[in-house]
Amino acid sequence: MASFHEKIEQNIGLMIILVILTVSVGGLVQITPLFFMHSTTEPVEGVKPYDPLRLTGRDVYVREGCYTCHSQMVRPFRAETERYGHYSLAGEFVYDRPFQWGSKRTGPDLARVGGRYSDEWHRVHLHNPRDVVPESIMPAYPWLATTQAGNGDIQAKMRALRTVGVPYSDEEIAAAPAALEGKTEMDAVVAYLQGLGTAVKFKR
Amino acid sequence: MADFTSGGWSIFIAVVTVVSLVALWYLAWALSARRTGSGPVETSGHVWDEDLEEYNNPLPRWWLNLFYITIIWSALYLAAYPGLGAYKGMLAWSQQDEYAAEVAAADAKYAPVFDKFANQDLAQVARDPEAQKIGGRLFANYCTACHGSDAGGARGFPNLRDGDWLYGGTPEAVKASIANGRMGAMPAWGAVVGADGVKQVTAYVEKLAGRTTDEAAATAGAKVYQTNCIACHGPDGKGNPMMGAPNLTDDIWLYGGSTEKIAETIEKGRNGQMPAHGELLGDAKVHLLAAYVLSLGGSQAASP
Repeated sequence: MASFHEKIEQNIGLMIILVILTVSVGGLVQITPLFFMHSTTEPVEGVKPYDPLRLTGRDVYVREGCYTCHSQMVRPFRAETERYGHYSLAGEFVYDRPFQWGSKRTGPDLARVGGRYSDEWHRVHLHNPRDVVPESIMPAYPWLATTQAGNGDIQAKMRALRTVGVPYSDEEIAAAPAALEGKTEMDAVVAYLQGLGTAVKFKR
Repeated sequence: MADFTSGGWSIFIAVVTVVSLVALWYLAWALSARRTGSGPVETSGHVWDEDLEEYNNPLPRWWLNLFYITIIWSALYLAAYPGLGAYKGMLAWSQQDEYAAEVAAADAKYAPVFDKFANQDLAQVARDPEAQKIGGRLFANYCTACHGSDAGGARGFPNLRDGDWLYGGTPEAVKASIANGRMGAMPAWGAVVGADGVKQVTAYVEKLAGRTTDEAAATAGAKVYQTNCIACHGPDGKGNPMMGAPNLTDDIWLYGGSTEKIAETIEKGRNGQMPAHGELLGDAKVHLLAAYVLSLGGSQAASP
């Protein structure tokens, strides 16, 4: 034992390897198996890949850092499901790369915001949140209404997502630029938000 | 939920976890062989800066015992709770069950309260102070983003206190609005009536609202109105709650009442949408919310 200890202490290469092995045990047990579970890797019935407009809106959501204040994860507590709807399921996020679960709620959770407000509400609210919610501290995003949705890379994006398992067909990729024509980033974000959490039908 | 693509993963998790625990136990045991004795403390044998040496004391017993306790604790925990692969644990605990139990307990507690009001007439519930308190909380949670925390609304989102109702202010109509939602559609008339037509109809609509306007334009606008607008807003401009067409004579404007805003509404049209809340909230809460909205003072008598 003592001599083994001495050997590790005096051989930094061996020590590095053993440290990595030790530290990786947690990940090997807690993370790796998640890639080999049905409930975490397969879509829940009803969940479809993002269409081009929503995919673009999602990228705007990421770009503007919405996830820093809004989570997308309804936890299985009654206090949350009363407010937001059914708790989130792992299979609802299989096409989210990267996922937008977030870790902090300065604003409300958005995992099931789809259909909760009208499109027009979202437009007014994103343009200036105080117009509809006087108490709101959310920043305004007026430029979204004037900027063109997407910057010409929608097909490349969809192809990249296809290589990691999102089942886009060739026809869908070919038709993608047409779906963005004449659309603003506001249209894209609103389309994205209105689709959030609506794929799975839960009854109360 | 342990639904692995292969049962091997379950074994993998269990084996790695158990082997790690056993290895930690062995490590602690190996380190506790040497005890603090009464003799001289040996050094690690390293010497720095000519005479700087390092004591090699054994680990304190209290620390080692704490270490053993944590290992025993994790063994007990893994026996009781799910952790070792697909093994469900002796307590058969699951997140879903805990959530279901929490909801069931809350339902048992609150169901009598909701049931009491669900069987009452809406007008009666609206007068009940307890129902008003519950309704107020529900309103703050689900309705304020659009209608405002004072129910005063915002541009495009109706004021619920003013007695002016697009779809009717009877108890049944208010409850239906909350449960099933509403879709209001005012078509864009700019292309149909032209720029002059928009100006004329705007003048006529302002006249309907009791304002003084350009009489000539209003007279011309009346003709355009009779052709295009009466189907929804009615011959006298009183609106039609069946289609959510607003009353134009009361000088209450959902999308702004300035001449420019009225003209914009006529030219470009408007789409107002109240999302359906029946599925999210369930009938008992919709009932209380409807009663709360009615209690705000703008209610109309129930239709006979």
